[in-house]
Amino acid sequence: MKEYILKRLLLTIPVLLGVSILVFSVIHLAPGDPAVIMLGPLATKESIEKLHQELGLDRPLVVQYLTWMSKVVRLDFGRSVVLGREVFPEIWLRFKATMILTLASLSLAVLIGVVAGITSAVRQYSIFDGLSMLTALAGVSMPVFFTGIVLIILFSMQLNLFPTAGMYSPAGGDFLDLLHHLVLPAITLGTASAAVLARMTRSAMLETIRQDYIRTARAKGLAERAVIYVHALRNAAITIITVLGMQVGYQLGGAILTETVFSWPGIGMMMVRAIQVRDYPMVQGGVLFVAAVFVFVNIIVDIAYAFLDPRIRYR
Amino acid sequence: MKKDPAAVDIAGEKRPQRSGGKVFQRFLKNRLSVVGGLIVLLAFGGAIFAPWFSPHDPNMVNTQRRLSLPGTPGHFMGTDEFGRDLVSRLLWGARITLFVSIIATLMALVAGSLLGLLSGFFMGWFDILVMRLIDILMAFPYFLLAITVIAALGPGLLNGMIAIAIVNIPFFTRIVRGIVLSIKELNYVEAARALGANRFRIIGQHVLINCFSPIVVAGTLNIGWMITAAAGLSFLGLGVQPPTADWGTMIASGRQYISVAPHVATLPGLAIFFTVLGFNLLGDGLRDALDPRLKI
Repeated sequence: MKEYILKRLLLTIPVLLGVSILVFSVIHLAPGDPAVIMLGPLATKESIEKLHQELGLDRPLVVQYLTWMSKVVRLDFGRSVVLGREVFPEIWLRFKATMILTLASLSLAVLIGVVAGITSAVRQYSIFDGLSMLTALAGVSMPVFFTGIVLIILFSMQLNLFPTAGMYSPAGGDFLDLLHHLVLPAITLGTASAAVLARMTRSAMLETIRQDYIRTARAKGLAERAVIYVHALRNAAITIITVLGMQVGYQLGGAILTETVFSWPGIGMMMVRAIQVRDYPMVQGGVLFVAAVFVFVNIIVDIAYAFLDPRIRYR
Repeated sequence: MKKDPAAVDIAGEKRPQRSGGKVFQRFLKNRLSVVGGLIVLLAFGGAIFAPWFSPHDPNMVNTQRRLSLPGTPGHFMGTDEFGRDLVSRLLWGARITLFVSIIATLMALVAGSLLGLLSGFFMGWFDILVMRLIDILMAFPYFLLAITVIAALGPGLLNGMIAIAIVNIPFFTRIVRGIVLSIKELNYVEAARALGANRFRIIGQHVLINCFSPIVVAGTLNIGWMITAAAGLSFLGLGVQPPTADWGTMIASGRQYISVAPHVATLPGLAIFFTVLGFNLLGDGLRDALDPRLKI
C-alpha cells in the first residue's frame, strides 16, 4: 500500500507542473499586455513601466515562469494589484470559507444521495424509487444559481427562516450563527451532487445485488441488512467514491456560483471579482491553489479505491 | 455498388448494423424520452421563430411598465426592471442560449473526438502527449477552468463559448479513445487491414462509424451541461453581456428584484431548467435506443 501511495504521489508532480504551466501561459500568452489590461485605458506610460518591472513582465517568459514557480513553492503567490496585499494569506482566508461550504454540501449530498440510491435499488420499481429518481433527474437539470435563488425566495423572503447572504450576522459570529447562514448555500450546492450520487448509487447497487456472492450471502441466512450494507455496499462503494471524487470538482466549480448568489466570502467570489478587475496575481494564485487541492483530492480518492479493492494495488 | 469486404461476418463477429427505423421505434417506447424530445423541439421552435412569435422588441424599454406582474395586458409574462417584455426576451434568449451551447458542444465534440480518434488509433508518442494534456485539463474543476480561460480572453459571447468548449474537450476525447481502442482490435478491422485498406480509410469507414452512437449520445447529454455552464458564465457577468437577451444575464439582473418581482429571475431560470431536463431525457432515450450498453 505504501508503495502504491508513493507511486501515486510521484505521478502528481508532472500533472501539477503541467497545471502551473497552463495557468501561467493562459494569463501571459493572452492577447494584449497584462499590465495595460490590469491598469486600464487611462494608465500612464510610467505606471505601465513600473508594473512591468514589479511583475517581471520585461523578462523572457521562461525566466518569468521559473521566478514565479520558485516563489509559488514557498507559498509566495505575489501581491494583489488591486488590494495591495499578499495573495496567499487572502487565498487561505477565503479558502477556509469555501471548505466549510463544500464540506457541508458534500456531507449533505452523501447522506441524501447514497441513502436514496440504496433505498431505490433495494425497492426497485416502487413508488419511492420512481419519485426519488424523478427528483434526482430534476436535481441534475437545475442550474446551481437558480436553485439558490429559489431557496432564497422560499425560505428567506417568504418564510423568513434563513438569512439571504453572508457567513455571519453583523452582531453574531458564533458557531450557531454560522450554521444558520450555511443551511441554504449548502443545500444549493449539494442538490445536484445528491442527485448524481443517488442515480449512480442506485445503478451500482442494482448491478451488485444481482451477483452470485450476494445470493450466497442470502442463502447462508445472513440478515438482509447485513447483505445490503456489508456485502453489497462495499463493492458498490468503488463506483460511489468515483462519483464522489468527480463531485468534489463540481463542488469547487459550483462554489463560485453559490458564493456569488449568497455573498459567501469564499475563494470563488474572490476570483470572480479578481477576474472582473483583472487582478492577475490573484487569479493565477487562486486558480493554481484550487487546482492543486483538486489534484490532491483525486489522490485521496485513488487511495480509497486501493483500500476498498486490493486488486488495484497490484495492477 | 461494390460491397465492402470488411463488412462480412468474420468468425461469427458481425460488424454492428443499425436500422434507423428500429432505433426510432425503441426511442418512441420510452415516454419520458419523447417528452424530453418535445421539450427540446419547443425550445428550438421558440428560438427559430422568435422574430415572428415575439410580441415586442426584446430590448424595447418602457419605464412606465417596470416590473409588471405576469398577466398584465400586453405582457403575458410581465416585464423586467426596464419594462422590457419578458416573453420576447425569453424567446430571443432561447436563441442566444441554444446557439452558444450548441456551437460550444460542436467545437468540443469535433476537437475532442479528433484527438481521441487519432490518439487511440495511432498510440505511441502522440497518444502519450494527448493523454497527458487531457490529464492536465482534468486537474481543474470544470467551471474553474472555464473562468480561467475567460480571465485570459476577457468576457463576451465568443470567449464564453471557447471557454466552455475547452473544458469539455477531455469528455469527448476519453469517450472516443476508449471506443477506438476496443474497436481497432476487432476482427473486421483486422480483416480490412489484411485486405490492404490504408489507415485513414480504416479510420473513416470502420472506426469512425462505430463511434457515431456514443458521440451523438454524449453530445446530446453535453448540451444540457453547456446550457447551465453558459448561463452560469453570463450570470457572473463573464459570458454574454447585457443588454443582449440571454437566460443567464436575465437571471442575474432579475436577482436584484426578487423581493418585489420574483418572476423576473424565476422565469428564465425555469426556461433553463426545462430545456436542460429536455436534453437530459432526450440523451438518456437516445442512449437506450442506440446502444443500452453505453455507459455515458
